[in-house]
Amino acid sequence: MDGLFPTLQLLSLTPPGWGGALIAGLVASLELAVGGYVLGLVIGIAAAFGKLYGGPILRDLMEIYTTLVRAVPELVLILLLYYAGTDAVNQLLALLSMPAVDISGLAAGIFVIGVVQGAYSTEVLRGAILAVSPGQIEAARAYGMSPFQVMRRVTLPAMLPHALPGLANLWMIATKDTALLAVVGFSELTLTTRQAAGTTKAYMTFYLAAGVLYLAVTLVSNLVIAVIERRAKRGTPPLGATS
Amino acid sequence: MTGGGVDLKPAQADAEGGSLILGDEALILPAYVPPKARSLLEPHRLFLMAVFALLVFCAIWFMRWDWLPKYALRLVAGIWQTLLMLFSTAIVGFLFAVPIGLVQVTGPRLLAWPAKIFCTVIRGTPLLLQLWLLYYGLGSIFAQYPEIRSSFLWPYLRQAWPYGFAALTISFAAYEAEVMRGAFAGVPRGELEAARAFGMGRFTMFRRIWLPRAIHRALPTLNGETVLQLKSTPLVATITVIDVYAVVSRIRQDTYLTYEPLLLLALIYICLTGGLVAAFRFFERRIPTRRA
Repeated sequence: MDGLFPTLQLLSLTPPGWGGALIAGLVASLELAVGGYVLGLVIGIAAAFGKLYGGPILRDLMEIYTTLVRAVPELVLILLLYYAGTDAVNQLLALLSMPAVDISGLAAGIFVIGVVQGAYSTEVLRGAILAVSPGQIEAARAYGMSPFQVMRRVTLPAMLPHALPGLANLWMIATKDTALLAVVGFSELTLTTRQAAGTTKAYMTFYLAAGVLYLAVTLVSNLVIAVIERRAKRGTPPLGATS
Repeated sequence: MTGGGVDLKPAQADAEGGSLILGDEALILPAYVPPKARSLLEPHRLFLMAVFALLVFCAIWFMRWDWLPKYALRLVAGIWQTLLMLFSTAIVGFLFAVPIGLVQVTGPRLLAWPAKIFCTVIRGTPLLLQLWLLYYGLGSIFAQYPEIRSSFLWPYLRQAWPYGFAALTISFAAYEAEVMRGAFAGVPRGELEAARAFGMGRFTMFRRIWLPRAIHRALPTLNGETVLQLKSTPLVATITVIDVYAVVSRIRQDTYLTYEPLLLLALIYICLTGGLVAAFRFFERRIPTRRA
């Protein structure tokens, strides 16, 4: 093995191997992906309800948000929001005559990915909420539940089976979008890989190793998603069944 | 934000109320009444437009745009490079996607498995990583072999765009193959059987029935994939291909401006996306379909 792939020992977990750095990069990537995805879901739920039940101005504003974010490349949005977001917070603090804070790359990255994911999950959730039969929501309201209770007890659980395929897709996109933060210098897996490859000149070894790590995340996610989907679809008739 | 419930349209509410009273006759569905199209000139829209116009005015008035004439030509060249990258990779990628999708539906397992693995691997890893793998990884390997360095291909392999083109094409082929797989599988069996009953050979059937029907089914998704591809093109700027994103990065370095060039870039991409969507809608309308 050593003779055939001399660069393989560069992947060992302890220095001088870069394996530990790669794992740390993977953890950073996953933190970004999970944080951004959750933030995106929160934004998506709020925006989807705003689009469906909000007033005319709120609806139009949500439409503008989803259209703009989905029309501009993620890379450009990341540059804009990464710099503009941290800048805006510091200007706001300056207005309140408070000292400027150093916003961590992780927080800024989660914010950026969350805003991008929010636009996509808005559309997924809006479609799923529309697929819930109105009678169920009306029944909940007839019981005297408040709008928030209706959402928590009826709308969200009932729309989940319809939303899951789209949400699973968004999770895959979130894990892959984290790689774009390499461009603004956040050291997640892709940037760490690039640094390792550049230092050791073993480009192929490191890029292939990073590819394997990303692929492993995808495959494990696929398994988990399959389990969740099977659970959420309990009791619903199989696709194409007539009833 | 979560206020209110479902607001049923009056026509719908009437129809449902009617079904309770009329019993059996409710099986006759009421004629579809399309919802009234919302006018652009409603008061709140006029207000929003005024706010938007004010924002644009502020952006023009308070921000610096004096660099624009100097870089206009380079920006146009960059847009051209972006569009060239988009259309060449989309077309070549689609040509690869058709066979890759087809073998997954009907091909022998020996071909179907590699196609499936190809799609999974490409769709499971970030495009940026693939791009850097090709450019830095493959590029450094090519440079090690004197045979390649002395071949007629070397002048091309030394540049960045072939790697960008290859990465974008492979990515588009993988995503689109998945779409085409579904589209091929979704063409009704009866139409293929009818073609066979007419005595068409396998290839004629594919050319006349299966492929056109599949493309028609895939057209809306193809639209979305092409927009996604447009949004992936700026990644090639990270391997020194001079597209519109690279030009804007250059402007930012030269002028020390943070936001103005990026806002212009966002505007350019919004226009390109809008144009693409409009073009696809035009093509979709050209295809005659029977509507209920």
